[in-house]
Amino acid sequence: MENILSIKNLSVSLSGKRGIVPILHNISLEVEQGHILGIVGESGSGKSMTAFAINQLLPGGRKSIVDGSISFCGEDLTEKTEKEMTKFRGKEIAMIFQEPMTCLNPVFTIGRQMKDVIMTHQKKSSKEAEKQAEEMLEKVHIRNPNRVLSCYPYELSGGMRQRVMIAIALSCSPKLLIADEPTTALDVTIQAQIIFLIKEACKATGTGVIFISHDLGVVSQLCDTIAVMYSGQIVEVGRAADVLAHPQHPYTKALLASIPSFTPREDGNDTLSAIPGMVPDPLEVITGCRFAPRCSYAMDICHKKVPPLQIFADGYSLHCHLQKEVEN
Amino acid sequence: MEPLLEIRDLKKTFKIKNFFGSTTEVQALKGISLSIAKGESLGIVGESGCGKSTLANLIIRLDEPTEGSIILDGQDISHIKEKALRKLRSRIQIVFQDPYSSLSPRMTVEEILTEPMCVEGVKTTKQMRDKAVELLELVGMRSSNLSRYPHEFSGGQRQRLSIARALTTEPDILLLDEPTSALDVSVQAQVLNILTSLQKQMNLTYLFISHNLAVVKYISNRTAVMYRGKVMEIGPSKNILMSPAHPYTKKLLEAVPIVGKPFHQPDTEDASVNDGDIVDGCSYYYRCPFAEKRCLEQQPEFLAKEASHLVACWKG
Repeated sequence: MENILSIKNLSVSLSGKRGIVPILHNISLEVEQGHILGIVGESGSGKSMTAFAINQLLPGGRKSIVDGSISFCGEDLTEKTEKEMTKFRGKEIAMIFQEPMTCLNPVFTIGRQMKDVIMTHQKKSSKEAEKQAEEMLEKVHIRNPNRVLSCYPYELSGGMRQRVMIAIALSCSPKLLIADEPTTALDVTIQAQIIFLIKEACKATGTGVIFISHDLGVVSQLCDTIAVMYSGQIVEVGRAADVLAHPQHPYTKALLASIPSFTPREDGNDTLSAIPGMVPDPLEVITGCRFAPRCSYAMDICHKKVPPLQIFADGYSLHCHLQKEVEN
Repeated sequence: MEPLLEIRDLKKTFKIKNFFGSTTEVQALKGISLSIAKGESLGIVGESGCGKSTLANLIIRLDEPTEGSIILDGQDISHIKEKALRKLRSRIQIVFQDPYSSLSPRMTVEEILTEPMCVEGVKTTKQMRDKAVELLELVGMRSSNLSRYPHEFSGGQRQRLSIARALTTEPDILLLDEPTSALDVSVQAQVLNILTSLQKQMNLTYLFISHNLAVVKYISNRTAVMYRGKVMEIGPSKNILMSPAHPYTKKLLEAVPIVGKPFHQPDTEDASVNDGDIVDGCSYYYRCPFAEKRCLEQQPEFLAKEASHLVACWKG
């Protein structure tokens, strides 16, 4: 299958009041057509920054230092000018954010905002745009699209607003959809509906999806591949089923162990295993593995040398000094 | 066992005045009855807008109930005023969801922790300081943190500070209103572990509000499922989550994403469309796949599925 997006050795540093802050270290990722890539990790691990880097929307704009390449359908996005990027944003690469209320303009109707997006990127008359907006709302299973088109954002519930955001994002048939924690602010029942919509849209149109979340449960149900991020690095990438069923990196293991489960544990010990400490500040200088200070498997070498990238079959790779366990 | 806190048919109606002066009424709680025994922890789950937080606000009396009574140790506290209220608050404390807005940014940790003690009664500075250190240790933080300000801490540490602050007056009951929703899973685990060990140490009573069913199961002995201001199902957490009886509880559980569990396709119908208020019948009527005529006409009574497992459903 064709790769829509391939990020190679991307490193990003922001320059701001605190000097030059490295936030992403040597990231490589690929998104195939019609596939869903999940990025998981704690807050501060660089998930959202990866999304912003793809869209060239990093805080500080052009002042940030970007190394490596982001190739989107054969074109390197890091070399585009601001003007060229506007052709990609919203049309080729669409984005959905966590809080739909802050993404919608409160003083315009949903219809007006949807038409704006459609008419900016496609040569359509106002009437055609309105018709398309209606179709898009139907696609996200809004039962009464005409009513919603004339509503203001405050008149809709959180779940409805997120549906509208998805409809806007998909209205220009993007090749890549980036969803940054789109279900975190929603109830579980609504969350399930949104997951279903994204899945459906991706399979129907062949849009590649990057789904950012800190909820491993959501990611396990939605994604084909998973990348686990920690402190600006990708520590483990692989097929979702592999990574979650046989996690190799100590960080992935620790994350999975800290989720309270429904079924009682076999050993009867019901204390949750928390990960001690917290994600290091990006300015903190750590030689060796950035997870080593919190890692329960850490060896001497982990504190001294940056772990090698181990690459295996099926697109599986691991950033760790530990060897991959051989499955029986 | 004598319940520590008993809530009888509690109702709360908010009057919302619009721009032109006319008022509409919103029934946040439509008759809730619960009881909590000493040392127990009761979990409350439900979607946003079901009245979970209103219930907590009424219990700690940040708001006054419209009808019904709240009884703490045999004393009705639903309409008490000022002095008695102040005394009450030292027995019931609350931890809020957002640790960033619930701690004053201008106060040091020491000030945050000692202020409730000042309000409560006469103590010397040294006594208060010792107590503050003791509290910090309880939540696993060092005494060197006393002179620091909230912005210097991470979300998890701030939430632990909120818990320490809630414990300053040695309360009997701790209301936990979504205390871990704003935290990462790894940090959530730390906070949950602290909460369970504190409960054992101090024989605290918890009312734990959350929308995360797995977290509620971890913390609570009993769970109540709320929908639109009504309790739908209440019973031991194990029963509720392993063998739910109410259609709403089943639906909630199906929607919870669990690692390794296959995705259950939800009905994509937008529930909010025909979601009018139901006066006489079951408030879940419009969303319930098993709804029949009787559900619309008559409010279902609590049926005992097992001795302590009650379900408000005609089909239960």
